[in-house]
Amino acid sequence: MSEQVPDIAPDATGGLDPEALESVLAAPGARFRHDYLEIRDLRVVFDGFVAVDGVDLTVTQGDLRFLIGPNGAGKTTIVDAITGLAPATGSVQFGGVELVGKPSHRIVRAGVGRTFQTASVFDELTVLQNLDIAAGAGRGPLTMLRRRHVVPPEVEAALETVGLAHVRDLPAGVLAHGQKQWLEIGMLLVQDARLLLLDEPVAGMSQAEREETGLLLQRIGEQRTVVVVEHDMEFLRAFAASVTVLHQGRVLSEGTVAQVQADPRVVEVYLGSGTHGRGRGTSAASPQPAAPAASTEVE
Amino acid sequence: MTGATDVTGTTDVTGTASATSTTWWRRPSARVWGGVAVAAVVLFGLAPALLSDFRLNLLAKFLCLAMVAVGIGLAWGRGGMLVLGQGVFFGIGGYLMAMHMKLADAGPGGVPDFMLLYGDGVVPGWWEPFRDPVVTVLAILLLPAGVATLLGLAVFRRRVRGAYFAILSQALAAAFAILLVGQQKVTGGTNGLNGFRSFFGFDLADPVNKRMLYFIAAGVLIAMVVVVRLLMHSRYGELLVAVRDQENRVRFLGYDPANVKVVAYAVAACFAGIGGALFAPVVGIISPADVGVIPSIGFLVGVAIGGRATLLGPVLGAVAVSWAETGLSEQFPSFWTYFQGALFILVVAFLPQGFASLGGLWRRRRGASDGASTDPSAGTHPPADAPGPDAPAPDAPDADASRTAGRHA
Repeated sequence: MSEQVPDIAPDATGGLDPEALESVLAAPGARFRHDYLEIRDLRVVFDGFVAVDGVDLTVTQGDLRFLIGPNGAGKTTIVDAITGLAPATGSVQFGGVELVGKPSHRIVRAGVGRTFQTASVFDELTVLQNLDIAAGAGRGPLTMLRRRHVVPPEVEAALETVGLAHVRDLPAGVLAHGQKQWLEIGMLLVQDARLLLLDEPVAGMSQAEREETGLLLQRIGEQRTVVVVEHDMEFLRAFAASVTVLHQGRVLSEGTVAQVQADPRVVEVYLGSGTHGRGRGTSAASPQPAAPAASTEVE
Repeated sequence: MTGATDVTGTTDVTGTASATSTTWWRRPSARVWGGVAVAAVVLFGLAPALLSDFRLNLLAKFLCLAMVAVGIGLAWGRGGMLVLGQGVFFGIGGYLMAMHMKLADAGPGGVPDFMLLYGDGVVPGWWEPFRDPVVTVLAILLLPAGVATLLGLAVFRRRVRGAYFAILSQALAAAFAILLVGQQKVTGGTNGLNGFRSFFGFDLADPVNKRMLYFIAAGVLIAMVVVVRLLMHSRYGELLVAVRDQENRVRFLGYDPANVKVVAYAVAACFAGIGGALFAPVVGIISPADVGVIPSIGFLVGVAIGGRATLLGPVLGAVAVSWAETGLSEQFPSFWTYFQGALFILVVAFLPQGFASLGGLWRRRRGASDGASTDPSAGTHPPADAPGPDAPAPDAPDADASRTAGRHA
């Protein structure tokens, strides 16, 4: 398409609207109380290559968990396995429902929502249509076959929350990258996901946008279960409630940001120095002074 | 005729979107009914007045083919399913109607003539129900859609798509034609079923009844276009486009894309079946040559040339291509095939969204020169925190009709 995007000035507005989020999150908290993600002995094997090797992971409601690790650690693969995109064995339960073996759309209906590394919105549909589709998985045939006469209130609230109300009638394809990511988060909100799996949600965003996104995720995380796959260590330090470090398909370390940063095995993995992965059990000798450097990777 | 259809084309194909404007004639419902009125005037007023009985009957035939095209526009243009085997559903509809007409001509308990000629003169059991006109009409409406639903569920659940689906549907058309040829005793073989004398009790030799057939075809076609228009603008229509462009993403919103596609596929099959059912009495014959691979591709060519993702592109394309085919083959026999091939190549190379996209291009050109006289996003939304003058957005809200053409071939 030949249109010039800059004229539309997608960044002409402010950004996210935390107040509008309150109406999205107005649902009684009791609904979410028993939600937690419990992964036991998850294994994903592609053609003999073990991408995820016996991962145990528990994320409770109200947590904002970050998954980090070097490339190939299996972060995205775990998200794929939870959502039925990668063939998995073991057990993944959310809110007491077993997810392994279910087709993707049923997993979603169990309350699991995800985003992708590359924002994948429906480029040719408008922002409003994108959100409306996300809100509609439970609609009956009669509603589906009619026009949308009024904008559903949850869609309206989500539009305000992710700061896209002024571009609601533009095709999503013309949005700036950061706005697409926000649209994806908005779609998760309206689809009423209780477990949100976000794959690099702030990639390509400006510093100010990262800040806003982080605060938004924190607020959502107070009510729901949120798992973020992220490379940006600064973002992680600012907003993570807890961190799980993965390495070569296994959980290497888990805890608060400070605990993980102090873990010598994490330091070794991130500094690498040629022994990448081979010294998994023998890392106690790792030099302590290097500990702060663990977090400098991206800076 | 062609001039008149062009008028409907420019008024409706290009402007289905801007629901935001307040002028009454721009409102979507006004546009639909305006389009229906124009189409009715052309098809029920102008065409019968201007065309000879022979030409009118030809037009009726083209309208039957256009019914298939309307369905293809929905399934292919909007749903991204390259349906290369619509001849199967066209054939099911056509043969069902033809069987009924043969049985009715033979009289109660009678045997169709060709069965006496090729077979043992016994009407097979599965023919018998179609002596009843009600059963026949119900079967025409339900059987193609039912077959498409079963087939679609089997195919789309296994995530067969793209070229694989196209090849599969085409193979089906080939198999169907071969089956018809092979079962000469019950299907008439290569000759198909022909020589119908009456249509639900009306004598087909009477020009008045022929004319009535044309009116039926015209009315049915208009109804189909309205149905597709309603579907396109429903929530389902939006979802269908979403499935076409990002099938996996839709899955992660909690929908099963297979079900979404099956609906469009079944509607397309139903339309093709109805088209076939009217084709048989209009043309007076239905044979394997009307349902195989070549006619199945022929259905598609008109849709591609007209503009597959638009509302009227498929209809106008199908009628225009059939019209040109007849006209040119009268002038230069054996030349038409080359012309059709060349036109197809030109359209695919230079106008991938078909002739209907010309209207959109022209509008965009004009909109660009008009500048930012209208600001749709601000107009719709006074309370939104004013995007201000730096958001002209020439024609951005038209994420619709001619623009939403998809990436799938």
